[in-house]
Amino acid sequence: MSSVPKIVNRREFLKTSSGVALFIGVSGILPQIISCKDTKGIKEQLQKHDITAWVQITEDGEITIYNPAAEMGQGSMTALPLIFAEEMDADWSMVKVEFSPQEVAVYGSEGWAPGSKLMFTVGSRSTNSYYPVMRKAGAQARYVLLNSAAKHWEVPISELSSNNSTVLHAATNRKISYGELVPVLAMPEIIPDFSPEQLKNPKDFQLIGNTIPRVEIPAKVDGTAQFAIDIKLPNMVYGVLERGTLHGAKPTLTNEKEILAMDGILKIIPFDYAIGLVADTLEKALEAKKLLKIEWGDAQAIGYNSQEIYPTYEKIAGQRQTGKVVQEIGDVNAAMRSATKSYMADFKNDYVYHAQMEPLNAIVQVSADLKSAEVWVGSQQGVDPKLGVPDLLGIPHENVNIHLQYLGGGFGRRSMNDFVIEATLLAKEIAPLPVKLIWTREDDMGYGTFRPLSLQRMTASVDKNGDISGLSHSVVGDGGNLVASGSRNDHYNIPNQLVEWREASHGVRLKHWRAVGHGPNKFAIECMLDEVALGQGIDPIELRRKLMVKSPRALATLERASEIADWNTPSKEGRAKGVAFVVHGSLGTGICEISVDRSTGKIKVHQFWIALDAGIVVQPDNVRAQMEGGIIMGMSSVLKEQITIENGRVQQSNFHDYQLLRMQDIPERIETDFIASAERPEGVGETATPMVACAIANAFLQLTGKPLRHLPFTPDRVLQVLNS
Amino acid sequence: MANFTLDINNKRHEVEVANGTSLLWVLREHLGLTGTKYSCGIAQCGACTIHIDNKPMKACILQVDDFADGQKIKTIEGLSEKGDHPVQRAWIEAQAPQCGYCHSGQIMQAVALLEENPNPTKEEIKIYMNGILCRCGTYLRIVKAIELASKSNVSTI
Repeated sequence: MSSVPKIVNRREFLKTSSGVALFIGVSGILPQIISCKDTKGIKEQLQKHDITAWVQITEDGEITIYNPAAEMGQGSMTALPLIFAEEMDADWSMVKVEFSPQEVAVYGSEGWAPGSKLMFTVGSRSTNSYYPVMRKAGAQARYVLLNSAAKHWEVPISELSSNNSTVLHAATNRKISYGELVPVLAMPEIIPDFSPEQLKNPKDFQLIGNTIPRVEIPAKVDGTAQFAIDIKLPNMVYGVLERGTLHGAKPTLTNEKEILAMDGILKIIPFDYAIGLVADTLEKALEAKKLLKIEWGDAQAIGYNSQEIYPTYEKIAGQRQTGKVVQEIGDVNAAMRSATKSYMADFKNDYVYHAQMEPLNAIVQVSADLKSAEVWVGSQQGVDPKLGVPDLLGIPHENVNIHLQYLGGGFGRRSMNDFVIEATLLAKEIAPLPVKLIWTREDDMGYGTFRPLSLQRMTASVDKNGDISGLSHSVVGDGGNLVASGSRNDHYNIPNQLVEWREASHGVRLKHWRAVGHGPNKFAIECMLDEVALGQGIDPIELRRKLMVKSPRALATLERASEIADWNTPSKEGRAKGVAFVVHGSLGTGICEISVDRSTGKIKVHQFWIALDAGIVVQPDNVRAQMEGGIIMGMSSVLKEQITIENGRVQQSNFHDYQLLRMQDIPERIETDFIASAERPEGVGETATPMVACAIANAFLQLTGKPLRHLPFTPDRVLQVLNS
Repeated sequence: MANFTLDINNKRHEVEVANGTSLLWVLREHLGLTGTKYSCGIAQCGACTIHIDNKPMKACILQVDDFADGQKIKTIEGLSEKGDHPVQRAWIEAQAPQCGYCHSGQIMQAVALLEENPNPTKEEIKIYMNGILCRCGTYLRIVKAIELASKSNVSTI
């Protein structure tokens, strides 16, 4: 009975080691993440059969592939399984996608340290880091199916081929569908550790590179897509925290008895920086939150006024002592000394807020014995795939299940797990009841974590040939790499460069915000180039063309953008174009066309063109969507958004005083063109956003001859510049 | 606490909550109609847009007390049986959502627009939709989806 089906237990996972794949046992993992409402889903789940740890199949050929990354609108739910299906030769119309378990040993991609693994949806790393992982895993799943067919037909596996969920044996003209192989699935003892050369030739791709609709969009248009905030569990209670607006101030509650006497209030739980409340309904929790009387202690930020800090930053930038060096090439001081002309300018950036549309929230249930926990959360995951919960509760990692949900926006904010920790602390106090912790919008903004305020001092020197011989870039601000990222220039041939960071610290909460330091730093770099171009009487594209002489991929994006934007044809009266080059994962050149209302100071962006080299483009329509969204979010931050701090306190509280870009202010169109490439895919989520500030400011410089050097370009600031 | 009878998606729903409770919490947390989203709570973002007697309203600032007299409440769950309202189909064709969190509100606002004005100009679309925020920046595709739905004569459905 050699055809007895040998189904590998779900809890045995593939792990590759020294060239072969082994099966290892991992106990205590529940791989399926099923909606608590979804009893039908549980029934269907039982009929699935494992091919490998990544993929299941039913007898009727439905294939379930795991997505190991968070889905926050960037499209991983489709892109990563699509790469897998490509190598598996799966019929995409029969593919369903689910989130994988949060088990990094099995589902991680290469982390930052060589040889390490990570499940962390940040830095536009998902498609790039998972491309080899999903290809190999897809090829291994195909191998299992081919092996099963080979055993079933008693033919050598080398004689088999596959296409669209079917195994073919050309010599005997036989074929069998993947679903039909389920009863005879035979797990090979060794699965090859496919090298890239053994995988498909990209020219044979049938799924990658085509227009494929995103798998979760139907659920996002009928209201059934489940975000963590939508979870409801039996006996669930509600948690809120009052955190104040002064980060780190210690609270003293003065009306505890009064609050506890309120209907439905179950518990008050003090934190170092907040007062937590648990109630039987959300509205009762929110009502009680408003009535809390809290005396707040001091914090580092007291006395700090964000809009008055820039003169201090200018002084720091002017100090002789160099800061922490990020990049040094040649001798920038020597270049300055021998310069025929030099340029200097300071660029300033106010704080910006993530403003993801789903406020932070998490649902946590801790067991009565405090030995295990279930967590439902929209998270960008983390270095700890269990989001800090095991350490907090002092329990083993396998005792915590993370049920990842769709994210109502991430943008970096959900790469922190502060809200998960808060919910876990509440759940521990009220165990075994499940707690839904909700941050109100006011909590989310007032206790937000912001892209740091910063100042960039740029100095450029031009030599006797009219070439840029040196570029010095001094970043002043809080947050280390948060302010320094994107300050390097690896694609510009400038022989002498110095990039350095000078620290300031104010006790304001900070975090990665889409594209991180690239926003402020590309703004400074690209605007400085255009100020030099204007001063030297050179066309901004021509200036960059010379600088990109040693970077053909960057140059190709510049040339293509110039073509599609028709750069050499002057804009109509009252309009002008501006260009910016950005590398963030992908390489991209963006060009925009703007006009400005000289009576109100309002900037109108008419069009945006992007030429992008993203390597192999896995999902072209989705990459276009990322360019569109990246530009519009960039425009929002550049034209409108500003968090201000007075005496350490965040001054904005909701969307009435923190304005986002609305539909009436969008450009007429955003056009994206791809540079054909066979290189490994690069991230696309953060390439467009940093183009916006510099492209707009450079267009404004063309239009008015005046530089915009302080973000955001609010109408009052624009008027000030126009009237200066 | 008081009892309220609500007509939601052509079904009667009974709920016991305090007077003055936000209709948004009633829909989401008491009745499990979670397609309608919370985002700002002060009628600035439109993620909670629903229809009351066919007019788009922001549920977060409505009190349940005022909508228990037979007013017809419609949420995204009641827009179509199978998610195939012409506006929903157009939304899929345009691949409009990214994170998707605001899109129930976007779709409810768009349906109201097309019921009032089956052939809006681009400018009319932008004005009517201006109250619904999208942080992912999907506005261009929302405009495209509404134009597609308009061509399919949504008003006759």
